[in-house]
Amino acid sequence: MSMQPASTEIASRTAAIIHELKGLEGPLLPILHGIQEEFGYVPQDALPVIAEALNISRAEVHGVVTFYHDYRSQPAGRHVLKLCQAEACQSMGSDAIAARLKSLLGIGFHETTRDGSVTLEPVYCLGLCVCSPSAMLDGEVIGRLDDEKLNEIVAEVRS
Amino acid sequence: MIPRIYIPGDSGALALGAEKVAKAVRAELAERGIEAKIVRNGSRGAYFLEPMVEVATANGRVAYGPVKPSDVKSLFDCGLLTGGHHKRWLGAPDKIPFLARQTRLTFARCGVTDPLSLDHYKAHGGLNGLQNAVAMTPADIVKQVTESGLRGRGGAGFPTGIKWKTVLDTSAERKYIVCNADEGDSGTFADRMIMEGDPFVLIEGMAIAGIATGATKGFIYIRSEYPHAVAVMQKAVEIARKAGVLGVNVLGSANSFDMEVRVGAGAYVCGEETALLDSLEGKRGQVRAKPPLPAHKGLFGKPTVINNVISLASVPVIMDKGAAFYKDFGMGRSRGTIPIQIAGNVKYPGLYEAAFGMTLGEIVDDIGGGTATGRPVKAVQVGGPLGAYFPRALFDTPFDYEAFAAKDGLIGHAGIVVFDDSADMLKQARFAMEFCAIESCGKCTPCRIGSTRGVEVLDRLAQNVEPEKQIALVTDLCNTMKFGSLCALGGFTPYPVMSALNHFPDDFRPTPVAEAAE
Repeated sequence: MSMQPASTEIASRTAAIIHELKGLEGPLLPILHGIQEEFGYVPQDALPVIAEALNISRAEVHGVVTFYHDYRSQPAGRHVLKLCQAEACQSMGSDAIAARLKSLLGIGFHETTRDGSVTLEPVYCLGLCVCSPSAMLDGEVIGRLDDEKLNEIVAEVRS
Repeated sequence: MIPRIYIPGDSGALALGAEKVAKAVRAELAERGIEAKIVRNGSRGAYFLEPMVEVATANGRVAYGPVKPSDVKSLFDCGLLTGGHHKRWLGAPDKIPFLARQTRLTFARCGVTDPLSLDHYKAHGGLNGLQNAVAMTPADIVKQVTESGLRGRGGAGFPTGIKWKTVLDTSAERKYIVCNADEGDSGTFADRMIMEGDPFVLIEGMAIAGIATGATKGFIYIRSEYPHAVAVMQKAVEIARKAGVLGVNVLGSANSFDMEVRVGAGAYVCGEETALLDSLEGKRGQVRAKPPLPAHKGLFGKPTVINNVISLASVPVIMDKGAAFYKDFGMGRSRGTIPIQIAGNVKYPGLYEAAFGMTLGEIVDDIGGGTATGRPVKAVQVGGPLGAYFPRALFDTPFDYEAFAAKDGLIGHAGIVVFDDSADMLKQARFAMEFCAIESCGKCTPCRIGSTRGVEVLDRLAQNVEPEKQIALVTDLCNTMKFGSLCALGGFTPYPVMSALNHFPDDFRPTPVAEAAE
C-alpha cells in the first residue's frame, strides 16, 4: 500500500522502539506492542531488526507475531470495531447483532471496508458481560447494543 | 467543605454511558457556578443501576441510578448535592438490597473509594495487611494464608498457601510473583472490576506474596481487551512506588519488592499459567508440560508464584483480620467468600460477593431475578467457556468447588451466564468446540485437532446425518480430549459439550424436516 512507510524508515523507527524497551525482562511483547502502536501494524521489515537486536531468529519473531490475535500484518481501517461474540453476549443475541452489522457495513469479520473507514473484528469477551451485547470502538466501550446504537456506530465510523 | 460527587469510571459503567453523565454533571456545575469534586470511583457491582451517581452528604452517601445524561439537570433541581429526592433516588447505597445482602471482604472498597487515592485506601483499612506482614517471618505469613483456607480463585482451586510454601522452600537468587490478570472467560469481570476499582489491594496482595516467598519482582499480566484496567494499574503502581509501598524498602522495612504491568496480545490460552509465563518471556503462549511446576521452575526458569487477581486481592484482608476470620465464611473445603459474577440474559446482572454455599438457584432466581427477556431460564453456564451448562434440575447445587465437581461441572472463576429458553444447546456445544479450535495453542493433538473434528461432527449432527453415530463419536472425542490434553483448554472443552448433550438431549436430536412428517 502506498500509505505504508519505506523499509529504511521502518527499520529506523523500529530500532528506536527496541532501544527504549530492550532492557525489560522478556522484552519481545512490549516491543511488538510498541511497533504496532507506532505503525498501526507490525511490518515485515521490522522483524529482522527485532531478531538481530534480541539475538533470536527471524522465524522465532515471526512465530510470536503470528501466534497472537492482536498483531496485524497490515494497517487497519481508520476505526477498529470489536464485537463481542462470546457466550454472555450470545445469550443476549450477539449473533443477530453481528449479522446486522456485517450487512450495514458490507463486510465480514477480519475485513476492512473498501473506503478504509472501519475494520470489523470479533472479540471473545470484553468483560462487559453485565451489559451484553457489547462492543469496543477504538478503545471506547459500548454496552447493550441494539439497532439504534448500531446505526449510531455506523454513522460515526463513516463520518 | 467542597461537595463530592462519585461517578464510576469502571468500564462497565462507561459502557452504559457514565462518561456522558460525568460530562453533563460538569456542565451543570459550571452553569450553576457550583464548586464540587467529581470522583471517578469503581463500580459497586450492581450494574443494573449503572451509571450510579453518588453524593457524599452530612448523613452519608446517597445514590441515584441508573442516571441518564438527560436526568442531570433535574437531579440538580431536586437537590442532588444534599441527597434530595428524585425519581432516580436510591438512598444509601449500602442499603440497596442487592448490595446489602453481600459479604464484602475482597471487594470491600470497590466502588466506595477513589481508586487512585492511597489516602482513601488507607482510610478504609488498606495496607493493614502489608503492615502486619512486614513484621512477620515469611513462614508465618505462609502459615496464615494456608490456615485461611484460601484456594486459587482463577478456577483450579489449588490452596494458595501451599503454592507459596513451595516457592518459599525453593532456594534461588531470584524469584517472581506473577499475577494472572488474563481474565478471558465470558461471564467473568471480577478481575477487571478490582483492577479498575481498587488497584492498591492487588498491589498490596502481591507485595505480601513477595515478602512471604522471598520474591522481589512481580508482574501483572493483563489482557489487552482491558485497556481501562491497564491504565489504572499502571498509575496505581507509580503511586505505590512513590509512596514507598513498593521499592527497596517496602513500608520502610528491609523487604524489597517492585512490579511491572504487562499487556497480553489477545490469546485466550495465555490465561493458562504456563502459557502466560511463556508469553511474559516473549514467546508464543504455548502450554508447558508439568512438572516442573512453576513454583520450582517458573518465569525465566526461576521459582514463581502465579496467582489469579482475586486470590492475591483476598490476601490483604486475611493478613489484616486473621486466618480464622476468613475461614469462618464458607462451607466444606471452600472457605471464605467468592465474588460471583452474574451475567448474560439476567434481570439483575452484577458482582455478588458471598460466602461459599449459596445454591445455584438462589443465585440465578433470587439474586439475578431470572432472565432479562422475561422468558424461562433454560440453562446457565458456570465457569466460563470451559464450564458446564447446568439445567434447572441442578439448581440445588451449592456454590462450592467439590459440589460442582460432583455434578460434572466447575465453578471456575465464578462467572455465571444465564440463557433463556431460546438457546439452542447444540449450537452452544458447537461454539465450545469452535472456540477451542480458535484459541488452541497447538501444542497437543487432542486439543488442536480434536476441537476442529468436534465442530465437524456437531455440524453433521445438526444436519441430521446419522445422528446416533455422531453422538457416539462426539462422546468418544470428548473423552480423548478430557484425558489426553495438556491443559484445561482441551481438557475442559468437553464440560460444556457433554453437559449440553446430557442435560438437553432434545436439542441434539433434530426433528425431521416438516415435509417428511406430512
